Amino acid sequence: MIIKNKTIINDDWIVFRLGEKDTPGSVVVPPGKVIVPLKVWQAQRDVLQVRTGLGVWLASDERAEDLKSDIENFSVIAVDFPKFADGRGYSIAHHLRTRLGYTGELRAIGDVLRDQMFYMQRVGFDAFAARADKDKKEALKGLSDFSFTYQASSDEKLPLFRRIQRGGGL
Amino acid sequence: MYRYDQFDHQITAQRVAQFRDQVYRRLAGELTEDEFRILRLQNGLYMQIHAYMLRVAVPYGLLSAAQMRMLASIARKYDRGYGHFSTRQNVQFNWIKLQDAPDILTDLASVEMHANQTSGNCIRNITSDEFAGVARDEIVDPRPYAEILRQWSTFHPEFAYLPRKFKIAVTGATEDRAAIAVHDIGLAAVKNAQGEVGFRVLVGGGLGRTPIIGTEICDFVPWQHVITYLESIVRVYNEYGRRDNIYKARIKILVKAIGIEEFKRRVEADWQFTKDGPCTITVEELNRVAAFFTAPDYEQLPENDAAVAAQLCENRAFSNWMQRNVKPHKVPGYAAVVLSLKKTGIAPGDATAKQMDAAAELAERFSFGELRVTHMQNLVLADVKQSDLIALWQAARELGMATPNIGLLTDIICCPGGDFCSLANARSIPLAKAIAERFDNIDFQHDIGEIELNMSGCMNACGHHHVGNIGILGVDKDGEEWYQVSIGGAQGNDSSLGKVIGPSFTFAQTPEVIARLLHVYVRERFADEHFIDTVRRIGHTPFKEYVYAAPIEAAEGLTGEEYALLAAPYDTPLYAPGV
Ligand code: HEM
Ligand code: SF4
Repeated sequence: MIIKNKTIINDDWIVFRLGEKDTPGSVVVPPGKVIVPLKVWQAQRDVLQVRTGLGVWLASDERAEDLKSDIENFSVIAVDFPKFADGRGYSIAHHLRTRLGYTGELRAIGDVLRDQMFYMQRVGFDAFAARADKDKKEALKGLSDFSFTYQASSDEKLPLFRRIQRGGGL
Repeated sequence: MYRYDQFDHQITAQRVAQFRDQVYRRLAGELTEDEFRILRLQNGLYMQIHAYMLRVAVPYGLLSAAQMRMLASIARKYDRGYGHFSTRQNVQFNWIKLQDAPDILTDLASVEMHANQTSGNCIRNITSDEFAGVARDEIVDPRPYAEILRQWSTFHPEFAYLPRKFKIAVTGATEDRAAIAVHDIGLAAVKNAQGEVGFRVLVGGGLGRTPIIGTEICDFVPWQHVITYLESIVRVYNEYGRRDNIYKARIKILVKAIGIEEFKRRVEADWQFTKDGPCTITVEELNRVAAFFTAPDYEQLPENDAAVAAQLCENRAFSNWMQRNVKPHKVPGYAAVVLSLKKTGIAPGDATAKQMDAAAELAERFSFGELRVTHMQNLVLADVKQSDLIALWQAARELGMATPNIGLLTDIICCPGGDFCSLANARSIPLAKAIAERFDNIDFQHDIGEIELNMSGCMNACGHHHVGNIGILGVDKDGEEWYQVSIGGAQGNDSSLGKVIGPSFTFAQTPEVIARLLHVYVRERFADEHFIDTVRRIGHTPFKEYVYAAPIEAAEGLTGEEYALLAAPYDTPLYAPGV
């Protein structure tokens, strides 16, 4: 189960992570709907690009730009949050959405918690694999903490001061 | 000053509701302390030794009388009747219970205040010049820009989980009174040859373990582009700043590691995507915000007031106060007045609820109902008629806020230190008190003249010791508290970092060390030369030699009970639900 477009849905994607002994070039990617690490994609592009229903995930120290010419190959891109306090994923999402023009599913994976989901949604995530030990219904509430926001981001192309008429001076 | 519109109100109210729910979930055990800690920090709640501390934001240091009264009310209702004004123009309450925090935030929201992002690895409260709008040397009023940046940085979705804290200061005058060189980003509003407003941008300054003076990244960013330019700086920092070691995670380390040229190249490469885009500030928005900061209804007054002039000749105490605590104002017949929170015996920056209420009343009586908090931990009434100065002086004296020591030896910047802070190596408040007591004589202080003594209880440098003319740093030697003394630091236009004079001292020796430093200064100074200039002229050696020449006796009285190294036996239990 994941949260997608503000509802809880069944999910049949498998997030594939490298084991300790695996190397990106030689690891065998299982069949089916798999989200592979960026490194595996880069090492096995020739084999993988013929598959349909492939996803890729970026670690927080990887860069959205590395997917630049490949973005069309994926029906889902995920960004991993190794710890919820590691905020690099927000900038990765920003780049994917606003610089690379990615419009498909953008999924937050890893240490994904309710209290960060509002910000995640703003920078362009539309799917959240909230941490397994947390109640998904509760997590869903995190997406509606605020009705207004000051800045432009992926969800609002304009900052508040261009979006609406604001109150004036005295 | 800025007033919230319905959107500001709603965003603030929803933030309080969000945090109320988070506190509820923490108390119910649904959030672990690890998950909750970062959330509470971003709402200003810090864990100190005895209790939670709540750091309330005072955006760019501006307070209305009503807001000050609310601070007094919070001090009474939820704390122990006092609060602490900090070097970042914030207010800290030291004895907060977790369950009360949401109610305090609700109270604050009712007067358009908050504690958002006053702690944690996010963009912190933006600080500015305490004389903004009234200073004679002002080029551009920084307040509208500071407010626009406050809104931009509030709950910025991309920058809530930066590698480390991020501090921005803005000034608009010739003299830098906001210490912009020791901030992650320092902005100086300037005008170009065409008279257009823009910002000189410094980046990578900061104190802490690795003190660094900021470097210029751009000499002129037109004001319309300041949001997009800052956004690119923070984005590059978010992407490339170190996250493997918190002591190397500030932007200053990144700028040093890759060099300012490469850093600038990355920033400007990113900026190309957003420059002139929708986040460019519009003239309408600047005008809307600037309209909140227009001049109050000043009267037409003569430049000088006769009664004040008479008092100046007759009354020594008054003339001392005029000389130190009263600052020039751009409007004839007005002055800006500093209310000293540095009375000897009081923790620097502390004010009681009674003083806060009284200061609010003084603001209403004498200064259009507004106050400012300074980064030197004092208060300012910025728009006082000269003809009111005598009455104000008398009132401030009764409240213990007229000590004529602004910019002098006992105007000490001091962090909370070992009495409150769990990171401390040593206490700082009691040492500040001991030093203030030793040099309490106001004539002596006036003779010594301008000098800054800054003190931190550990290398995190909350008390700005690196940029004190005299800096004192608490160090730990085998579990005992010792103090390292440096000289030669300075803030402002001519910022420099102090150098340690030699081996450290005990608590009871330190006041004598200060006395010896002053002795060398008095011996060596040219007429009218400030301490810092003497240090710069003659160097460290004469100071060092004299300080260490003869054994330093521990000052009598400083080794007794009162100063014993013991956490005070406070009775408030530390409220922390099972971790
Ligand atoms: C118990 C309370 C406090 C704790 C635990 C605390 C903690 C810290 C830490 C860990 C740093 C170093 C950050 C770094 O180098 O990355 C720091 C820096 C700083 N703190 Fe505090 N602080 C406290 C109270 C205060 C107070 C009361 C003030 C103002 C009077 C203050 C102002 C500052 C300033 C100005 C810096 C230096 C900024 C810089 O590093 O560039 N802090 N604090
Ligand atoms: S300088 Fe050190 S002792 Fe002082 S408040 Fe900061 S962290 Fe605490």
